Amino acid sequence: MDELESTLKPLMLEGLNGDAPAHARLLKLLSERLRAYFGRRLSASPDDVEDLVQETLLAVHLRRATYDLAQPFTAWAHAIARYKLIDHWRRCKIRATAPLDDVADFLASDPVDTDAGLDLTRVLATLPARQRALVEDVKVQGLSLSEAGLRGGLSEGAAKVALHRALKQLAERLRHADR
Amino acid sequence: MQTDELIDLLAADVAPVAKYAVVRRLALGAGAGTIVVLLLVVSWLSLRPDLARAVTGAFFWIKAAYTAALGAAGFWAVERLGRPGTSATRPAGFGALILLMFVLAALLQGLSLSGPARLIAVQGVSWTVCTRNIVILAAPLLVITLLLVRQLAPTRPVAAGFAAGAFSGGLAATLYGLHCPEATFVFVALWYTLGVVISGGIGAALGRWALRW
Repeated sequence: MDELESTLKPLMLEGLNGDAPAHARLLKLLSERLRAYFGRRLSASPDDVEDLVQETLLAVHLRRATYDLAQPFTAWAHAIARYKLIDHWRRCKIRATAPLDDVADFLASDPVDTDAGLDLTRVLATLPARQRALVEDVKVQGLSLSEAGLRGGLSEGAAKVALHRALKQLAERLRHADR
Repeated sequence: MQTDELIDLLAADVAPVAKYAVVRRLALGAGAGTIVVLLLVVSWLSLRPDLARAVTGAFFWIKAAYTAALGAAGFWAVERLGRPGTSATRPAGFGALILLMFVLAALLQGLSLSGPARLIAVQGVSWTVCTRNIVILAAPLLVITLLLVRQLAPTRPVAAGFAAGAFSGGLAATLYGLHCPEATFVFVALWYTLGVVISGGIGAALGRWALRW
């Protein structure tokens, strides 16, 4: 538990300072935790697990400014995961409660096989063409942001802003995807 | 989309985050809201004619300090509740303490008055409009604050909404003091406090659906 915290928190701090590889590593490690955490709570609907992992990763990324440096990182991430799980249940009209103390469970978990998130693929298709092209170029072609921007006729700065907006749009639309 | 692809995508969107980004964003919103409420006080209600003399008295500032402290407790609670995994016990305790101390002062003042004088203190000259005015003045601030809190990550939307309403009500009540001539502990403890609490209640009710993310 302390080991996880002492791995993740430094990565979070580096990410907040603008270190992209550290941020990617943080999200990768976190995604394994989330997959196991949601997997055990959604055994009746395993198809939703990866969608929820992705929705939570987007939230962690877009709302990382709300992380208080004095706080354990795992407490912050667990609170977001728990909120997304309850929100999911509410949307699906399932009456269930996540115990507040399931943080221990969140910390101790084994990796599970991964599937593709169907919702995100579906939601991506609803984005405006320019945003979608930018996302596809970065994601599928593996282009850097400046290269992808160039293809769409955007400066690097404009591409940055456009990608951030696209991610916010994805997160917002994802919340309504399974209704 | 594969999760690893999503992670690559998110890693392409990494910019440094300022340490005080949350507080700064909330403070900017509060500043903008203050200007809106001030304009409303001046244009809709007008400043009290004896303002220049009132600011030389102590009670003008006691009243302002009370409502500003309630607003500060709300702001503090909003800053806490906008962050997942944190608790707002301390700001809530601070707000409750301020409220209790002021209500106690009002009780002592009320008990020291004779029956008719007590009724005059309770009603003042504006008891029928005071609470309503504060709630109306708080509304634009509340809208701005809720929009900002929505950008944070409140995991307890009702509590966060109440905090946003208490902050807006406290700040609005402080600025309302530029219009309202009432100058007793009894009056302020009753009708100002009620305005702040109702504003908090509206925030809680709105937060329930507005603070989902």
